[in-house]
Amino acid sequence: MKKIYILLMCLVVAFALTSIFSSYALAEKKPDPAGTATGTATEIAPAKTGEQLSVTDVANQAGHNKVAINIMWTLITGFLVMFMQAGFAMVETGLTRAKNVAHTMAMNLMIYPLGMIGFFVCGFAFMFGGVGALGTLGGFDGLNHELTINLFGHAFGLFGTKAFFLSGGYDVGVFALFLFQMVFMDTTATIPTGAMAERWKYSAFFLYGLAVGTIIYPIYGNWVWGGGWLAQLGSNFGLGHGHVDFAGSSVVHMTGGVIALVGAKMLGPRIGKYNKNGSPNAIPAHSIPMAVIGTFILAFGWFGFNPGSTLAGTDLRISIIATNTMIASAFGAFAACLWMWWFRTKKPDVSMMCNGMLAGLVAITAPCAFVNVGSAAIIGLVAGVLVVESSFFFERTLRIDDPVGAISVHGVNGAWGVLALGLFADGTYGDGWNGVTGTVTGLFYGNGGQFVAEFIGVIANLVYVGGISWVVFKLIDMIVGNRVSAKTEMDGLDIPEMGAEGYAGIKLDKNAETPLSR
Amino acid sequence: MKKIEAIIRTSKFDEVKAALHEIDIDFFTYIDTTGVGNEKSKGERMYRGTVLDTEFIPRRLLTIVVRDQNVKKTVDCLLQIAYTGEVGDGRIFLTPIEEAWKIRTKASGDASLKGDYEK
Repeated sequence: MKKIYILLMCLVVAFALTSIFSSYALAEKKPDPAGTATGTATEIAPAKTGEQLSVTDVANQAGHNKVAINIMWTLITGFLVMFMQAGFAMVETGLTRAKNVAHTMAMNLMIYPLGMIGFFVCGFAFMFGGVGALGTLGGFDGLNHELTINLFGHAFGLFGTKAFFLSGGYDVGVFALFLFQMVFMDTTATIPTGAMAERWKYSAFFLYGLAVGTIIYPIYGNWVWGGGWLAQLGSNFGLGHGHVDFAGSSVVHMTGGVIALVGAKMLGPRIGKYNKNGSPNAIPAHSIPMAVIGTFILAFGWFGFNPGSTLAGTDLRISIIATNTMIASAFGAFAACLWMWWFRTKKPDVSMMCNGMLAGLVAITAPCAFVNVGSAAIIGLVAGVLVVESSFFFERTLRIDDPVGAISVHGVNGAWGVLALGLFADGTYGDGWNGVTGTVTGLFYGNGGQFVAEFIGVIANLVYVGGISWVVFKLIDMIVGNRVSAKTEMDGLDIPEMGAEGYAGIKLDKNAETPLSR
Repeated sequence: MKKIEAIIRTSKFDEVKAALHEIDIDFFTYIDTTGVGNEKSKGERMYRGTVLDTEFIPRRLLTIVVRDQNVKKTVDCLLQIAYTGEVGDGRIFLTPIEEAWKIRTKASGDASLKGDYEK
């Protein structure tokens, strides 16, 4: 054994000596600690080696660098949005009960790959198959077939038909776009898992996961972002710039909220949630720390969600977008906290504060690029109050059990976000959006047509997403059944559905967690 | 020998433990327990705007086995220290013990309940 150690030591010493001496022998440049001498014209290679560097060479490199910054920006903000999956997992698991943690976490884990698979197979093709040339990401123009019908003498784009399985799109720009749009789709996909938690069969959830990325999300997404008829409302009917939604208050969040609404209504409330006279019982969160950490993860990821939607790091509006996002989140949390504390219940509720911050973020998602910071604050304030009031409305008036408030945070505030765009867009950005010249302006700045287009988009979302999710959930109910049995629900879904407790080794008082319906 | 079972508020436990130590009662078992009774929640517990009824009432159950001569002072101490005046202060039960052993010394009867410092 000793000989081995001696041999290894000799090898290490030999290697060290070689590297030290070779660096002295082969170095041609002086080391540059300040970075001022690194990166010169020698980085750019002329078209033919040995030739003089021409202006065309320099311009080509500049163009390449511009697209490089844009692709890098899109990818890195996409990675931030992917991390929001962890945020949703933490929020949803924290706000539900300990006996169901493995199941809730499993849903939040698997929705990521399931949604991605659906989007990869056909969702991306439906949504972006007809989007045209990728302006900021290198100009590839192969995504050029949109199924269109003609109504009232105008073209109505319905969905795209190129790049199924990303075929024909093996291009760096297309792949960056796919990654970015996929993480947005997964944000929608994970919203209903919160509203439907604690009584949803895992097999039913699994089928839903495949459906959301294939047909529920991409069709409406195409109408707004893929060049479809909602985007064309401007060029077809003169309604502002058509339905504008910068980062997805309607495409992502309202869609998620509407699916959650339909799903939660179809599943029915958790056992013990409502008494015979219809009054609700509280089913407290099992981990407030998880919920708060999850909220911060989401708020952090939103710095990718909103500014990333420029798809261009060279579009410096990103600083306005990021700051608007931040301000709206603060005012949303502030408003929700004070509304609960002073006006509604005399006690500030931590889960409502979390919902308030998220509501502010959802509401600013559509208008973030088009409004000034004062409007962003107002949008956040309204969102904070709206999320509390709509939570009570769904829980007490409509009697729809939403364990995490997803319908209020995402559905209601998603709609508010796009309507707010139609009101507050101030005309400092967005020239040429959806093919309409001029910057995006809202009702308060002189353009009522924009508000009408936003409103039409909200109605279209309710009708299409509500309708298709109803069909999907009904079909799934016929195949496997949506809801678990009462005994499974009382015992906790972890062992019957997942086979193992999420908190193995920790004694849970399971019966104390389910209130008695009186 | 008698067994004294005292169900007291968890908030009173540290005081009771210290007071029992003062009167040389140093050995007992306790367990966190839940009860059903008359104590009503005062609207203190609330989640998302809905008041939570205190369906279960957290308490601590102390099991103290003492020699006959120490029963009165132990019970008096408990009655005095565990008192708050609010509904839900708890209860004390007394049962006779047939025999008791100390595992380390194999002593039985009253001798097993003597404190280590006593002669």
